[in-house]
Formats: sequence, C-alpha cells, structure tokens
Amino acid sequence: MENYGKFDRVCQILEENGKDKAKLIPILQAVQDVYRYLPEEMLAFIASSLNISPARVYGVATFFSHFTLKPKGKHIIKVCDGTACHVKKSTLLIDAIKTKLKLGASEMTTKDMLFTIETVSCLGACGLAPVMVIDNDVHGQVTPEKVSKLIDDIMKQEEK
Amino acid sequence: MNTDLDKISAKVKDASKKINKRIILCAGTGCVANGALKVYDAFLKTAKELNIEVCVELKEESKGMLVSQSGCQGFCQMGPLVSVLPEDILYTKVKVEDVKEILEKSIIGGEVVERLCYSENGSVYKGPNEIPFYKKQHRHVIKQCGRIAAEDIEEYISIGGYYAAKKACLEMSAEDICKEILDSGLRGRGGGGFPTGRKWELTRVQPGPKKYVICNGDEGDPGAFMDRSVLEGNPHSVIEGMIIAAKAIGADEGYVYVRTEYHLAVERMKNAIKKANEIGVLGKNLFGSDHSFDLHVMEGAGAFVCGEETALIASVEGKRGMPTPKPPFPAQSGLWGKPTVINNVETLATVPLIIKDGADTFKSLGVPTSTGTKTFALTGHVKNTGLIEVPFGTTLRQIIFDIAGGVTDDTGNVVEGAFKAVQIGGPSGGCLTAEHLDLPLDFDSLRKVGAMVGSGGLVVMNQTTCMVNVAKFFMQFTQHESCGKCVLCREGTRQMLLMLEDITEGRATEETIPLLEKLAHTVRVGSLCGLGKTAPNPVLSTLKYFRHEYDAHVKEKRCPSQSCTSLINITIDQDKCIGCTACARKCPVGAIKGALKEKHIIDQKTCVKCGVCVATCKFGAIKRG
Repeated sequence: MENYGKFDRVCQILEENGKDKAKLIPILQAVQDVYRYLPEEMLAFIASSLNISPARVYGVATFFSHFTLKPKGKHIIKVCDGTACHVKKSTLLIDAIKTKLKLGASEMTTKDMLFTIETVSCLGACGLAPVMVIDNDVHGQVTPEKVSKLIDDIMKQEEK
Repeated sequence: MNTDLDKISAKVKDASKKINKRIILCAGTGCVANGALKVYDAFLKTAKELNIEVCVELKEESKGMLVSQSGCQGFCQMGPLVSVLPEDILYTKVKVEDVKEILEKSIIGGEVVERLCYSENGSVYKGPNEIPFYKKQHRHVIKQCGRIAAEDIEEYISIGGYYAAKKACLEMSAEDICKEILDSGLRGRGGGGFPTGRKWELTRVQPGPKKYVICNGDEGDPGAFMDRSVLEGNPHSVIEGMIIAAKAIGADEGYVYVRTEYHLAVERMKNAIKKANEIGVLGKNLFGSDHSFDLHVMEGAGAFVCGEETALIASVEGKRGMPTPKPPFPAQSGLWGKPTVINNVETLATVPLIIKDGADTFKSLGVPTSTGTKTFALTGHVKNTGLIEVPFGTTLRQIIFDIAGGVTDDTGNVVEGAFKAVQIGGPSGGCLTAEHLDLPLDFDSLRKVGAMVGSGGLVVMNQTTCMVNVAKFFMQFTQHESCGKCVLCREGTRQMLLMLEDITEGRATEETIPLLEKLAHTVRVGSLCGLGKTAPNPVLSTLKYFRHEYDAHVKEKRCPSQSCTSLINITIDQDKCIGCTACARKCPVGAIKGALKEKHIIDQKTCVKCGVCVATCKFGAIKRG
C-alpha cells in the first residue's frame, strides 16, 4: 500500500491544476517542490493522467534547468555565475567548494547526500557579486574563506 | 467594478496626516541578503522599548511612526538602506546595532546620524538629493520603487496610480492609445528596441474576439536585474501598463511571466494581482467601462531562450521553450494561436507615465530616435554598483565616473586608469572600450559600434579582467542555453567554446583565431532566433577591440591580465617567506605546506589559484605569474 501512498500528493497537485496539460510546467514545479526532484515513475504517471505522451513530459522535464531527475543533497549551494559574479571571480569559489567537499569534476552531490552544488546563471543580486545561495539564504560578496566557514558551520550543525 | 480611486486616495492622504515620521527599509533582494529583514524587526522591537508609537501599515487608525518595506532602491552595494522621512535622510549599511541610535537621534531628536550617511572623499551626504549616485540620475520609471511600500495598492493609488488605466478605459479609444504610445517614440526595453506603439497597432488590427497580453519578466541576461527591481518594488505599475496594453489591442486576458529564480518578485506580483482584483482594477468592467481584464502569473522554469517571444509562448502553453520561425509574428498568431502582445516589464511600467503625462512630456527626455529614460544594472568593478536610470543619450563616462563613482581595482579601491572595458547587453551584446567613453548611449549609436542596449546590463571591467575569458564565459552561457533546434547554434557555439578553451588553456595554434572568426559569422547567419543570431557578438566584439590579448594567449601562451588559471602559477618566493603560516591557514583547499618559521611551498596540483594567499601575505612573498 505504501507504494500507492506516495502518489497521493501528485494526484492532489494534478487536481489543483485541473488536469490541464497546458499547466504541465506548474505541475512539475509543484511536484519537484514536494519530492525535491522528479522521480521517473512520477513523470510517466503525470503523462498518463494528462493524456499526453511520456516523451513530451520527459522533454519538458529535461529542457528546463530548474527541473532535475536526480535526487539532490540536503543542503543546496547555488553559486551565481552571472556576468557580474564571473568578473568578480566566482569560478574560484566553485573550485574551492568542490575541493572542500571532495567532489570530482562532474560530481555535483556529495556521497553522503548532504550537499549539492549548482551554478546558476544570474540571481539578480549583481550589486553584491559574487553571490551564493545556501538553501534559501543569499550571501553576498563571498570569498573562498567565507564559503569554507559556511560549509564548516553546516557540517557542525549536522553532526549534532 | 467601478473603483473610486479618488476615495481611496483621499483615505490614504487622511491617514498619512497622522503619521509624523516614516522609516522605509529597502527590502530588495540585495538588501535582504545583507540582513535588511533583521533590521526591520529590530526597528519594531526597539521602537516599542523606547515607547515610540509605531505602525506598519497606512490605515485609518495608524498614527505615530510608520515603518514600511520598499522594493529595490538601487544602491545595492550600500545596503541595507534605511530612509527617514520627511527629512529624506538615507542611512547606508545599517546594522541591527545601529537601530537604537537612529531611533533616538533621528526619530526622537530630529538629528542626523552622520556616521551612517554615505560619504565620499571625506564629504558626508545626507540624502538622495545630495548623494552623487542618485543626484545625477533621472528616475522616472523606478522613481516609486523605494519610495512606497511595494505591496500597498492604496498607497500606489494615492500617488496617482491606476489613474492612467482609468483614463485609458474611459476617455481613450484603442486607436488613441496606440497613437499616443507611437507618438511617444517608446521602444521596447527588453533588447530589440522595436517601437511599442507599432507592435500594439499591428495586434489591434487583427480580427477576432480573443487576444492576449504577456509581460516578459524572464530576465535571463546574466548581470541584469532591472525587471526584478521593478517587479519587486512597484508591481502595480506593471499591472497598470498591462491593463492599458490590453485595452489598446482588445485583449481580456494576460500573463506575467517571471523567472522562478526571482522568488521575491513572483510572490510580490501574485500578491499585487490579488489585491488589484479585490479592489476591482482587475476583473470585469474596469472603472465601469466595458473593458475587462484577467491576469495570471506564470513562473519560468529556468531557460534563457524563453526570453524570446515565441519560445516564451511555447512554455506558457506547457511545451518545451523552443522558438518558432517568424512570421507568423505573435501579433498575428501567438498564445494558443491568438493575436498576442509581448512586452518587457520596464516597457509596461513606462506606459502609465506616457498615458498620464502625454507623449510630449515623455519625449522631452532622451534623444529623438530613442526617447525617454532607460534603467541600467550597473555592476562589476565600480565603486557604487546598483540600479540606475538615465535619459537615453547619456554617455558612459557620466555613468561610470559621475554616478558609479569610478573604476576600482580588485580590492575595491578607486584607481586612476583602472578602466578597461564595459560589457553591455549581456550575452547578445558587445564590449565598449575607453574610446567609447563619450559615446551617447542609445539604441542606434550602440548598434553602430557592434554592441546593443539589450536589456540594460552594464558590467564594468578593470585591467585585471581577461577579455578572452569574458568571451568564453558568454559562450559557455549561450552554449548551455541553446535550445538545440538549429544545428549551427547548438554545434557551432559548442565548437566556438572549445576553441576559446584551447586559447585560454594554452593549446591554441595560429589557425584557431581565424577559424573562430569564420565560425562566428556562420553561426550568426544560420540561427533562427535572437539567441543564436547574437551569440557570436561577445567573441566578435572582443576580437575587434582586444585582438592583442587573443594573440598573447595563442602565440606567447601568456594571459596579459594574469587571470587564466592554466597559464599562471602562484609561487612563494623562498627568500621573502618568513614562515608565518598566515597563507597556509587561509588557503581554502589546504594546498600550502610548511611549519611555523619554515619556508612554505604551494602544492601546484591542489592549488585552485584563487589568490587568497596573495592577498593574505604581508611580506609580498607570494606572486602570480
């Protein structure tokens, strides 16, 4: 029964959007808010509920960068790599975080599922470049030292 | 509904008579990141402790001191910003600890806390009327952002809001509105610069009862945040512009498309629409006329290409955001195949001003072919970053040196001769150099020198910025954001990116640059939409003005700005190192080895070349090169 239970929220979201296929993007956004990613079986379920092909749902889910098909870590670090942040050397921050979290070149999530690092194109807080968002807190004028400390703080919190 | 604007306005004005002081906190994204909400809480708490009568909303029963949150006030780097009215004092970088002093001195005592005022070269500036950053601007479209409580519809009405919508609904025909906007010379602020009046007229003449208005708030250009600031700071001005646009073309439904990354803007817009429906400026029979208008918010899902009209429409319809060929233009066949007008946020926020004050007043600012004002997001290596608004025709020199206070080095100090270039127009734009400092900024003059106004991102770069790296950055961006429909955009940008990587990583040969140039021209011709057509611009423009930097990377394997990490090493001068361990403690990746009072060594394999050690060493022992 518990397998059926996990579809409850999806059914509710589909109902809220009137099972309207034009609302596919808002539906996927709501589903991702609940599960923190888009599980594959959900995509197929959404497709049949909206009476559209799974290919179309998969196409939309992979087209937009906001959607993810892989589970993400508990804490999400978004480093802005917009123009203003880039000229203020945000790539060095990314390198420093990846080294600090012992992530390989193509790895984005730590093995213990504690952190996921993402780069975003622009957070619109260019006046404070370089900018980074950890979970929902925006940090401005970040330096490699500052980020190292922020990560240490979270790790300490988690150990408690 | 026949909304009585005069009554609401009178009510607000009566209520404000009982307010003797007002504190406005900037609650834009930048200031919130700097802790503005904590400062807001501290004001409320401390005011109670000091027995100051305090309220947070402008209601009939309000009296004493009003504390409100506004949208972005533009001076982001100096945040959190706190304004004290009626004296019009602006306090910068306000911390929780400063709140008590502000309340005691400015609210109770009527004095100015000078240490919190903006100062430059030893002079203290009390408020926006004195601060050079504000004084040299012409704030029209963003005038009210930061002066009113962003979410208070009644306050917006009390400063003349929704009167233009009322005028359009009751006193003007659709043709009149289109003509007024055309006469004003308003051109689209989203990048294209197409005359707004003509766009509306083309949609107006289409047959059929169902038409749509879409507000394009998919501000994807990295380095641009004008639309965010308007949506956060004055959402009702955008709604009002949309009501007028809808009346002009005969639409009864609209969408505001906002990037999902702009969390606060989405929330504020949703809230604003809800309130507008409540008092009847949205909905059926506006102001008693036969014009009805419904508005929805649609959140984007993170695709730059959706800033393109046809791609945006596809994504509102629940499809992948891929552009389609034009014609048919959205004016003929847009959302669900119906005639649709799509305008940028700033364009729509400008419309009520034109309807209210007339086309001639609007035209009095700017230059004949580019009328009115333009907001720019000013960022990068300048003293004062933030959001500014100036008339078209203002020169770069005025913006960078008068408003922004000059170009800074990497540590943030203004330095003579630090200016290298300005990137304008984001990934579709180009760069301008010292020779363009006196060029008047407008749609046509910029196009002539290979750049564009774009949506208005101005990124100032100093001498430590590598221009090849900048071009590579934009190519990475467009390559990642290409939707994949056109082969030349999808594969061409990829090959261009690989070539730029070869150049910055020291693998390029003599043939690389000519090949890169040739491919750039091919991608420009062979792509369907604006994204691909303009993707090569940053490369072509840096090649035009900074070819010597490309040559240095290729021929000498040297990065003149010492910024490309593959071409530099950071080393410790063994003669100068005294073994203080400061650098080793600061190194974020633990690449520096050495015990106290022993010479330190950098492990080149682990080093990410972030430069923290260079800045840390007090003995000048650590060198890039």
